[in-house]
Amino acid sequence: MSVFAVDIPYWGQSLLRVLGGTVAVLLPAGTIVYLFLFKMMSFMQSRLGPMEAGPYGSMQLVAEVGKWLQKEDLQPLRADKRIFKIAPLIVLVSTFILVAVVPFGPDAYFTNFQAGIFYALAVSSVSVLGILIAGWSSANKYSLLGGLRAAGQLIAYELPMVLAVIGVVIQAGTLNLQQIVVAQNAGEMFGWNGLGNPYLLTQFVGFVVFMISVQAELTQTPFDMPIAESELVSGYMTEYSGFRFLIFFIAEFANVGVFSLIAAVLFLGGWGIPFSWFGWHSMGDVDNWMNIVGPLIMVTKMIVLSFVVMWVRFSYPRLREDQLQRFAWKVLIPVSLLNIMVTAVLKVIF
Amino acid sequence: MTDLLDRQKLSYIAAQAADARLNVELETEGMTLNIGPQHPATHGTLRIIVRLDGEQVVWADPSAGYMHRGYEKLTEVRTFPQVTTLVNRIDWLGSFANEVPFILAAEQLMDIEAPPRAQWIRTILFELSRIANVGLFLGDLGVQLGAITPVFLAFRDREYVLNLIEAATGGRFHPNFDRIGGLKDDLPKGWVDETRQVMKKLRNFCDEMENLLFGNAIFQTRTRGIGVIPKDVALQYGLSGANLRASGVDWDLRRDQRIPLAYDKVDFKVWTHPDGDSFARCWIRLQETREATKIVDQLLDGLPSGPVMAKVPRIIKVPEGEAWISTENPLGEMGYYVVSQGDLGPFRVKIRTASFNNISIVPWVLRGVFVPDVITILASLYFILGDIDR
Amino acid sequence: MGIAKDFKNGYLSGLGVTMKTFVKTVTPKKMGGGAATVQYPHEKEAPPIRARGVIALREDNCTSCMLCARSCPDWCIYIEGHKELAPPRRAGGAPRKVNKLDRFDIDYALCMYCGICVEVCPFDALFWSPEYEYSEPKIADLLHDKTKLGEWMETVPEYPELEAGAQKGKK
Repeated sequence: MSVFAVDIPYWGQSLLRVLGGTVAVLLPAGTIVYLFLFKMMSFMQSRLGPMEAGPYGSMQLVAEVGKWLQKEDLQPLRADKRIFKIAPLIVLVSTFILVAVVPFGPDAYFTNFQAGIFYALAVSSVSVLGILIAGWSSANKYSLLGGLRAAGQLIAYELPMVLAVIGVVIQAGTLNLQQIVVAQNAGEMFGWNGLGNPYLLTQFVGFVVFMISVQAELTQTPFDMPIAESELVSGYMTEYSGFRFLIFFIAEFANVGVFSLIAAVLFLGGWGIPFSWFGWHSMGDVDNWMNIVGPLIMVTKMIVLSFVVMWVRFSYPRLREDQLQRFAWKVLIPVSLLNIMVTAVLKVIF
Repeated sequence: MTDLLDRQKLSYIAAQAADARLNVELETEGMTLNIGPQHPATHGTLRIIVRLDGEQVVWADPSAGYMHRGYEKLTEVRTFPQVTTLVNRIDWLGSFANEVPFILAAEQLMDIEAPPRAQWIRTILFELSRIANVGLFLGDLGVQLGAITPVFLAFRDREYVLNLIEAATGGRFHPNFDRIGGLKDDLPKGWVDETRQVMKKLRNFCDEMENLLFGNAIFQTRTRGIGVIPKDVALQYGLSGANLRASGVDWDLRRDQRIPLAYDKVDFKVWTHPDGDSFARCWIRLQETREATKIVDQLLDGLPSGPVMAKVPRIIKVPEGEAWISTENPLGEMGYYVVSQGDLGPFRVKIRTASFNNISIVPWVLRGVFVPDVITILASLYFILGDIDR
Repeated sequence: MGIAKDFKNGYLSGLGVTMKTFVKTVTPKKMGGGAATVQYPHEKEAPPIRARGVIALREDNCTSCMLCARSCPDWCIYIEGHKELAPPRRAGGAPRKVNKLDRFDIDYALCMYCGICVEVCPFDALFWSPEYEYSEPKIADLLHDKTKLGEWMETVPEYPELEAGAQKGKK
């Protein structure tokens, strides 16, 4: 990282990366939980939400963390102890390794893989394992039902996600996330480069499919069959209490944040504002102050996308499992395949 | 006792048969799941034992009684005003509606009729408790299906109705307002205008529910065609209220029977639906809420003046006799069979509640449905545990 | 599952309702918005006049006739009294026997708030008051004795005016 003027030794850089990664996972989780789960949901339900802990309830998450930490650690008698303990950690670890590939600025990134988005999609499936073994090892029929439903749903919705991203990759011509950002900000739409080339507009169908798949991957309503609060009491999370439940909780909202970050990179232009506004033409031209402003822009875009995800979550009832699957296989996948074909044809023509 | 043992034996044999079929066909074991008694989806402590084949229900058996409070035994050792108080707590969401048939039965035994103003106010409060009860149903329906927002809107708008009931009677949930011969007190000043405003707000609420929940395509997919109960099966199992009307049977006790309530003085439509599925049951309740607001408006317009209490002795001893009165309660048909022996209190009261018969259809209707549909069907049948178990 | 038909009513109308509620809750009270909830310990709503909050006792009127204790469905009223001789009303008369209350307790842990005792009292010694904030950490403190019940008398409101068309007669 050549962000700073001084030369930092390798161990210093790694430490900074670790700290940065932790912040990049926990900060979105905390922001999304407070802003959307506590406050926005309450406003949509004509009430004010937490107001006592801190000004306007801002310390409520801290209070909740404290509450969960001091709870008793219950493990069912017949649960598979080792797997029961590992399961939440797998889900959280998958979030961390996913955020490692998200760029926050021209030089503010953790790693810069050439196959960035390929890695991200592959690694996002690790959380499915965590959910499945959580459901199976809980020795509880409700958790089992939740885990099995999760396995079916999450694997089914991986496909539309991948196919939607392929449209973006075709248009950008690269799998590298940093270059996808540059392609959007330095590009032009039909010869006009006033707004760059945000794939939100040119890949609108892909964007919609991607957001729906993200909603399903995060097991948010209308796709929250694995949790299904009114039937399964909490699905695969039923038997978890105390610190382990806290890990699941944080992982769920951190995942919302990280997937929104990836969607922002793929479709909204990432950390950049259209280069034509500053007269830049490629990555080398970008000024250094973008490294400070970039993360702020990313956070703003993440908040916008998470708002949409959460708004849909609070407004819709949930789909039944077979209806979910039918929707994925019969609607989303054909639509995204069509999107790929049209993108490829148009890319060759223009 | 022998009946219980026979039933248990039959259930056991049914479970074995289901198991055997599964074991032969699929070489897997079915899974027995207890839905309840502690469960977010049942409206209280109802236990339903289902036998699952994957996610499909093979056999279901409701096991009620976790909330049995011994009402019929309690009424044997209480006086009439005390029984009126207790009876409020059977269907606690629309509680005024529980008092009315009991008081009407006692009045029938005493051969007196409440004055017209009392009858009209009774009907107004009856319809208000219907709105309160079914308004909550609309919100609760959302939660069972996964939409968490409608329930807050339902509670917000139900507050208005509860405040009205509190202003008139003193209690939000348990009014305890009906007395033999009339009502305890008259309405406070400004109540009529306030009620008119509240009815407007509730009509807005019904429109909001329609946009938020009923028009939603996901809701339609979850409820249309699920849990279809044909007309003859509904009649055989003794369903009543909206469940019966959703199967196409045109049955409404408010219109069809002549009891001293003011229903013959107002115009209202009885909603039926030919389908008999979950959507029909939910939709009919929405329409009935709207209809109830219109009934209340008409009643407020024509409210007669006069006393609210007939001439009754100070200490009421109901003469000997038996009386049966049933009314169209929010949950269905609720009836009381009061046997009196000339005492201060009844000798025996048999309470026929709607929810008990409504859940008797659960084993029939849950065959072959998926687990999420179980919740949808239970939500659309709409029972309250206090009503089932008494 | 038809994705294209019912689109307007199918998906967007629900989002519209939540957004409308969101905007209404966020607009300040002066412009007609605000939440539907009341922030309880900081703001309190006044209950209606007839609200059944707590029962107040007017000791002077009570003659320990035991009608309230007998008619309570929960038997939560405990009354003990003794007879005393009070001075005669007019000079030269015989001393009168009056009931004096030793103990009049209402156990609010058992009370159903049904109001039968208030209704049945022939001497107007019991009244309803809309006070509701008397919860205690210990259940035993919920047994309100004579003095405490007398203190509640200050909170008893006037009888409310009745609606038009009501007949003001003997109740």
